[in-house]
Amino acid sequence: MDKNMNLQQIIDRLNLTILTGPRDFAEIHPEGGYTSDLLSCVMAGAKSNHLWITLQAHLNIVAVAALLEVAAIIITENAKPDAATISKANEQGIILLSTPKQTFEIDGKLWEMGVRIQE
Amino acid sequence: MCPTRTPTEQEKHGRRGRPITDRDANEINRVEELSYDLKVRDVMTAKLFTTTPQASLFDVLELLRLNRISGVPVIQDDELVGIISIEDIVRAMERNDLTELVGQYMTRALATVFNYDSIYKAMQTFAERKVGRLPVVDETNRLVGMITKGDITRGILTALQKDYKEEEVRRYRASHLFEDIISDRTTLVLRYNIKAHDFTHGGNASSNIKRALLRLGADPQIARRCGIAVYEAEMNLIIHTTHGGILKLEVEPHRITMSTTDDGPGISDVNQVLQPGYSTATEQVREMGFGAGMGLVNIKRCVDSMDIESTVGKGTKLIMRIHVPTENFNGRKDG
Repeated sequence: MDKNMNLQQIIDRLNLTILTGPRDFAEIHPEGGYTSDLLSCVMAGAKSNHLWITLQAHLNIVAVAALLEVAAIIITENAKPDAATISKANEQGIILLSTPKQTFEIDGKLWEMGVRIQE
Repeated sequence: MCPTRTPTEQEKHGRRGRPITDRDANEINRVEELSYDLKVRDVMTAKLFTTTPQASLFDVLELLRLNRISGVPVIQDDELVGIISIEDIVRAMERNDLTELVGQYMTRALATVFNYDSIYKAMQTFAERKVGRLPVVDETNRLVGMITKGDITRGILTALQKDYKEEEVRRYRASHLFEDIISDRTTLVLRYNIKAHDFTHGGNASSNIKRALLRLGADPQIARRCGIAVYEAEMNLIIHTTHGGILKLEVEPHRITMSTTDDGPGISDVNQVLQPGYSTATEQVREMGFGAGMGLVNIKRCVDSMDIESTVGKGTKLIMRIHVPTENFNGRKDG
């Protein structure tokens, strides 16, 4: 994939809302992505430094993301994590991003931008 | 002189010198913390050159030049009465006045700091008074030292360097645990009580276990496998058990054993729960993304061996093992 695509560019191009605290997003270079709302599938499929695209917005996504060390979680269709989830994400250094768009559209755009699975 | 002193910020507001909310606490970095913890007396220069109001400016200039300093306090009858700096002497030179006395040109209305003040207080005073050096006095107003911004920078850097060394030592100690403790069989056991239906704390034990393993010097790949396996096991206790259960991690130099024990409800057909996609989770739990029927499948994939023993009405015991290559944990090579 395009080595130059960093998280700041992804946030800008997809017009994502940043739900967690400020970070140097330009320093983060996601190496692929994984899409699922089933946590065990994410556990099995997502790699570290991947983007995780999901509809889930409850507290437990933070623990999953922290164990897998994903680059960020993109929460689709405006699903809103509560304050406890956001504060736990900040505590664990997990980036939460939000979009009103559907998962399919986000996946498609990310793929077009060069965020792909490396063979 | 009255010896009563005003309480420091620290004495008024506790360790960090001012009231701090949880939110602030997250944002305070180590340098800020140090600027409250370090005291003026920790960083000031105590070895002092002084002069008197009766000395000539020429003598002071020689004192400054020989000692490569830019100002000295002026003392009369054991009391600090002013400060004379290179700027004052320049003023005198402009008027060809170097034979004049210090008392004529010194700065009198002096800002001082106490030796027990935090360096944060000293930095504030530097900013407010726009000066480069401050005399330091004790509670009886006796001059005990001088402090410059350079002293503060040096003090913070020294403290940070000490922090860094201490952290290195802690890391070293944790990662050499198994080398340092000699026994026929050394095992480190971590135990976590997991409550049923406690989704709020779901994954906490797994995160702590992963962190502990990294701290002990485990290979990141092994810590990740343990983290995933133990997360699935932890969530099983939360989702499926009647009263929760105990999650246990046993670390040995050559092997990591993770286990969960609960007292019910038990599994009627163990082979069935090992089928990918089989789940007994409720609709409500599935909506949260659990109950994919992949938990035990994931565990199996991550560990070297997995055993389940279960009796309906009594409970379930799940044991997971990962073998550690001998170079891990810097352990004995007796694998």
